[in-house]
Amino acid sequence: MKPAVLLSARNAGKAYVQQGQPRWACRDVSFDLYPGEVLAVVGESGSGKTTLLRLLAARLGCDEGSVHYQVRADLASGPGDLVDLARMSQAQLRRLARTDWGFVEQHARDGLRMNVSGGANVGERLMALGARNYGLLRGEALSWMARVELDTGRIDDLPGSYSGGMQQRLQIARNLVTQPRLIFMDEPTTGLDVSVQARLLDMLRELVGELQLAAVVVTHDLAVARLLAQRMLVMKDGCVVEQGLTDRVLDDPQHAYTQLLVSSVLTP
Amino acid sequence: MTALIEALALAKTFTLHGRNGLQLPVFSGINLSVQPGECLALTGHSGSGKSSLLRCLYGNYGATSGDVRICHQGDWVSMSNATPREVFEVRRRTLGYVSQFLRVIPRVSTLDIVADPLRRIGVAADEARAQAAQWLQRLNLQEHLWHLPPATFSGGEQQRVNIAHGMITAPAVLLLDEPTASLDADNRRVVVALIRAAREQGSAVVGIFHDDEVREAVATRSLNVEQYSKPVASRQGSTT
Repeated sequence: MKPAVLLSARNAGKAYVQQGQPRWACRDVSFDLYPGEVLAVVGESGSGKTTLLRLLAARLGCDEGSVHYQVRADLASGPGDLVDLARMSQAQLRRLARTDWGFVEQHARDGLRMNVSGGANVGERLMALGARNYGLLRGEALSWMARVELDTGRIDDLPGSYSGGMQQRLQIARNLVTQPRLIFMDEPTTGLDVSVQARLLDMLRELVGELQLAAVVVTHDLAVARLLAQRMLVMKDGCVVEQGLTDRVLDDPQHAYTQLLVSSVLTP
Repeated sequence: MTALIEALALAKTFTLHGRNGLQLPVFSGINLSVQPGECLALTGHSGSGKSSLLRCLYGNYGATSGDVRICHQGDWVSMSNATPREVFEVRRRTLGYVSQFLRVIPRVSTLDIVADPLRRIGVAADEARAQAAQWLQRLNLQEHLWHLPPATFSGGEQQRVNIAHGMITAPAVLLLDEPTASLDADNRRVVVALIRAAREQGSAVVGIFHDDEVREAVATRSLNVEQYSKPVASRQGSTT
């Protein structure tokens, strides 16, 4: 028996109007993502990667095509149904975004609440779901901080006092606390030192395997894609020029742009 | 007896778009079929396309034409038509590959790297680590190295990690790219014994073995890739 598709993009596209003309930021993107799969989206700046991610996470609406998600039974009319995100209410989408999904922003500051403690950041999603027991919230925060290798002694400190790598890990803990099935990541390792990057990647790889998380990771770093993702999608000028098995796309690229991308990487 | 892996009229040509679409034909018209207990040695000079063929069999390179079929849990899977997800599943359960070079994951210990393929097929962590330890022991990798990431290991040590990683799940189809290239005589013998054991357990093996002695010890047949390297493209070109 085939496991059910978790997320499905069908010719999804988003246009911005520029001087009265529509300009497609991304167009005609189709793929199916299954539970536990990691999909990397690569391409240069301006290729539409982040727009695509925002479409998938329902932060933007599609101007053509659609994105479907297999919602949990309590939100669906029938269990395991793929629901068009455009047909869901704002309240349902909000609920989805803070329980079943995670979104790791490129800049941790955009994904954290900087004016409350690290522990409160981790507990926030649980509180939004109605958890009020202080001991329980603190226990969860401590256990998640430990899991993402944060010093639990820093639980009461504001995230502003954390280093960049720590903020990124805090952001990940904050997202995973509700045990989402799908996590979106926008350049999760960009701007971090390579040693911090390696640690974060290794941690992500383990968490994804352990929790059977599905993920869509936007990155311009092909090594990150190779390490984390089974599949990848190469974008250029808003279009998917190539997609497939990560190692095949990287080792035997077919499209001119992918070949250029792969051959431009410096290997230390 | 039915084969576990087949290539049907397999051809590979690289197209280099950065060089005005330059075509580099590697091989064409390869048919092969390997049954349980057999080991097919790929031969030919350097650059004749042995490794490319092995990569095509693994699905790491896409076939330009023709197909590779793998017998996966009783069904034939066409590697040309399979979705990435299906290829992944075939690799996880059926198809093992020992590459020439170990792709190191930062920070992950040798023991965990070797145990990982078992974890992926649902073996519990402790059991997977115990089996990984047995493999490393058999391959004479010193115990004090097990808990270190293999990034700083010697070539021979990395190769043994690679072999343990590729063979630990006893895949039904095993692809080996020069598994003994940087090993000393003692360790070569261990690897030869492991390959023969895999054959006896019914694996179909396809490999590149530069060392004649190793090849004679493990292979049941050989296939010279050179004879398929005559480029189809130029032949077509001459008729037009």
